[in-house]
Amino acid sequence: MNERPPVDALIPPDEVPPGNVPSVARRLAFYQRAGGIVVPFMTAVLAFVMGGIVVAVSGHNPFTTYWGIFKGTGLDWLIPGLHASDAATNLQQTLIVATPLMLAGLAVAFAFRCGMFNIGGQGQYFLGWYVAVIVGSTFTGLPGPVLIFLAITLGALGGAAWAGIAGFLKATVGAHEVITTIMLNWIAIWVGDYLFGVNGPLQVAGFNPFSETISDKAKLPVFWGDPVLQGLHIGFFIAIGMLVVYWAVLNRTTLGYEVRAVGFNPEAARYGGISVRRNYFLAMAISGFFAGLAGAIDLLGWKFQIATADIHQSQIAFVGIAVALLGRNTALGTFFAAILFGALLTGTSTRNDALTIFSPELAGNLSLIIQGLVVLFVGADVLILYLWNARRKLRAGPRKAQA
Amino acid sequence: MIDPAVAEVQERPAMLELVRDRRNVGIAGIALGVIAAWLTLPPVLTESLVAPLIVAAVAVAAGVYAILGNERRVGWGAVAAGVVGAAGAALAVQSSSDHLHTVFVWGALLGATLRFATPLVFAAIGGMFSERSGVTNIALEGMMLTGAFFAIWGADKTGSWAAGIVIAMAAGGAFALVHAFFAIQLRADQIVGGTAINFLALGVTGYLFISIYGSNGTPSLSDAESIPDITIPGLNHIPPDRFGNFLNDAIGQLNLMIWIAIGLLFVSSIVMFRTPIGLRIRAVGEHPRAADTVGISVYGVRYGAVTLSGVLAALGGAYLSIGFVHSYNENMTAGRGFIALAALIFGNWRPFGAFGAACLFGFSSALAQRLGPAYGSQYDTLFQALPYVLTLIAVAGVIGRSVPPAASGRPYKKQ
Repeated sequence: MNERPPVDALIPPDEVPPGNVPSVARRLAFYQRAGGIVVPFMTAVLAFVMGGIVVAVSGHNPFTTYWGIFKGTGLDWLIPGLHASDAATNLQQTLIVATPLMLAGLAVAFAFRCGMFNIGGQGQYFLGWYVAVIVGSTFTGLPGPVLIFLAITLGALGGAAWAGIAGFLKATVGAHEVITTIMLNWIAIWVGDYLFGVNGPLQVAGFNPFSETISDKAKLPVFWGDPVLQGLHIGFFIAIGMLVVYWAVLNRTTLGYEVRAVGFNPEAARYGGISVRRNYFLAMAISGFFAGLAGAIDLLGWKFQIATADIHQSQIAFVGIAVALLGRNTALGTFFAAILFGALLTGTSTRNDALTIFSPELAGNLSLIIQGLVVLFVGADVLILYLWNARRKLRAGPRKAQA
Repeated sequence: MIDPAVAEVQERPAMLELVRDRRNVGIAGIALGVIAAWLTLPPVLTESLVAPLIVAAVAVAAGVYAILGNERRVGWGAVAAGVVGAAGAALAVQSSSDHLHTVFVWGALLGATLRFATPLVFAAIGGMFSERSGVTNIALEGMMLTGAFFAIWGADKTGSWAAGIVIAMAAGGAFALVHAFFAIQLRADQIVGGTAINFLALGVTGYLFISIYGSNGTPSLSDAESIPDITIPGLNHIPPDRFGNFLNDAIGQLNLMIWIAIGLLFVSSIVMFRTPIGLRIRAVGEHPRAADTVGISVYGVRYGAVTLSGVLAALGGAYLSIGFVHSYNENMTAGRGFIALAALIFGNWRPFGAFGAACLFGFSSALAQRLGPAYGSQYDTLFQALPYVLTLIAVAGVIGRSVPPAASGRPYKKQ
């Protein structure tokens, strides 16, 4: 392991021709060094401030709105003596949402580390749903733990296969993964609509566009809160475990080394004897594995059944993009970003009746705007660094004048 | 004076060249694969599979011939077309001729193809300007959605569709300016920036839609608020009658915007390839440093091109909301911006190429719309996936590999 050079050493800094701009990965590495935790933090703050301006412009009070959202997240449970009575259930909700967000974030992050942008997390997530609901409602004769293991594993592999199509096309004919993954999203949506829709082959008996409900044995055990009222299920720990797996695979295995090398500079990696094509395919499939896992865990954890209307409404894996970008594609960053966005989504969801000042549909779109701003600012690290440096210069300015 | 015999000898190689060029054979194979399926449909409607299978076999043979001559892409395309054509023919022979007659009304299908293709054409032409100037624009989707919302809002507030279109163009241009600022000035990653614009557009339009119209949806549009259809009289007297008023069904009553889109094809083609402006855009997209050296403002050209792309994408969205569907719902563009991008790539970053690809996707949407009712509602949704599957196949590059502008997606730093 020691004879491998660090990934940065593969590209001499002065080899980049003038006018040629570093790749996404290079850029990310750059501001990882330059900005530390400051950049993502400021990004989030800036996005929330601008979201507040939108709220204010549309004639609502941004402070009471954000306070309402904060109460809805249940994060006040952490403040002893101050929290409302429903804080615990709200916090369970936040963590239930954060669970798939961590995994969807990892799905985006892993592909990013290989220099690819996986926007198809949503379709891969749906494959996790479909496979898990089929397994969970078909093989009901199996003992509970076996059934859960089978449903989760096959669901994740379904996501891996779906993303693998995009990876395969990227590796063989160079089809751009952004377009292929988005198309695969829509194909997954309509196939699901067909499978579980009225008169579809997997529709539950009756006239409603629903799938079968999974067997009680296949439901993930709840460890905090009331199972009837959607308590926090053990999928949360699976997600945490996957954060560790992600870190270990990227930083402690040959595969991770190759993936990162390809992400830094495919040409240099190829020159160094790494099969770029193989890594494109593998990175995409692993990325889809995380997203499929998110779908399977959601289904076994609290959904239990698919309604075709849900297929058209779910946006969870798109939020994963913002999670990965804000978390700078690191395991720890993804964890905190997932908690942040999980809180945001829970705080602005329609189930939150604390939001009487601000209709939940509006709040839901507000969280979309904040996501958009986060992605926009993260992409423009230059802007954040510029603002940060300007502040530093301002502070340094008077001192220089004294000297 | 040339001896006739000599002239004949000189001509013969030219004819032979045409057949010897394995690429042409492959393209003919693709066409034969389509014809194989077409034979089983009205008006020919062969009852037996013999003729279609022979034609399909010839298509596959042509494909193999092309592959052996190293024309792999076209060759595999022909093989695929032959196999798919044979499968389609087999399916069509199985189903009743009544069904086929209700689905394959060619005039109506062509009309619907144009209706579905038009939003894609606007966005794809917009994308062409942006990408040719070196800025990847996956935010077309969001700009289109912005256009769709602001068109209906503008038409509703002012009572005039024309004002609605202008407001939509302004809104799309504004979003494009944001993308341009981040992509050009701040040199942010253009894919990430574009994704952000898509999120923002979804959030902003959704926010405004709920806060203005609530859960009731947009009000129904009056005639003054919808983009009018252009009726061409007298087309139903023009043969061929056998196809059932073919011309009248196809182009007798199309929306104004469809004709504008077709006009735009010619205009954009001339601007891009026959004027100094187009030359500058292409120079900036291929080699920004060289363009800078001869005094072309790289930033200026890119700002202009990206803004124009937003304006055009918004036009496509405006057609969608106040010309085609006559209402608005959240995320109504449903990935059309991305399909437009695929059409652009498939069409090799050229207006008429993009138009051809857009028509292919439009045709699959039109077909899906007609197949569903004929074959039962459960298949309705499955056919909805058709345009996306086709896009996937198209991007995978069955026919010809596309070469993007050299500097597309690369920010430029002035020195």
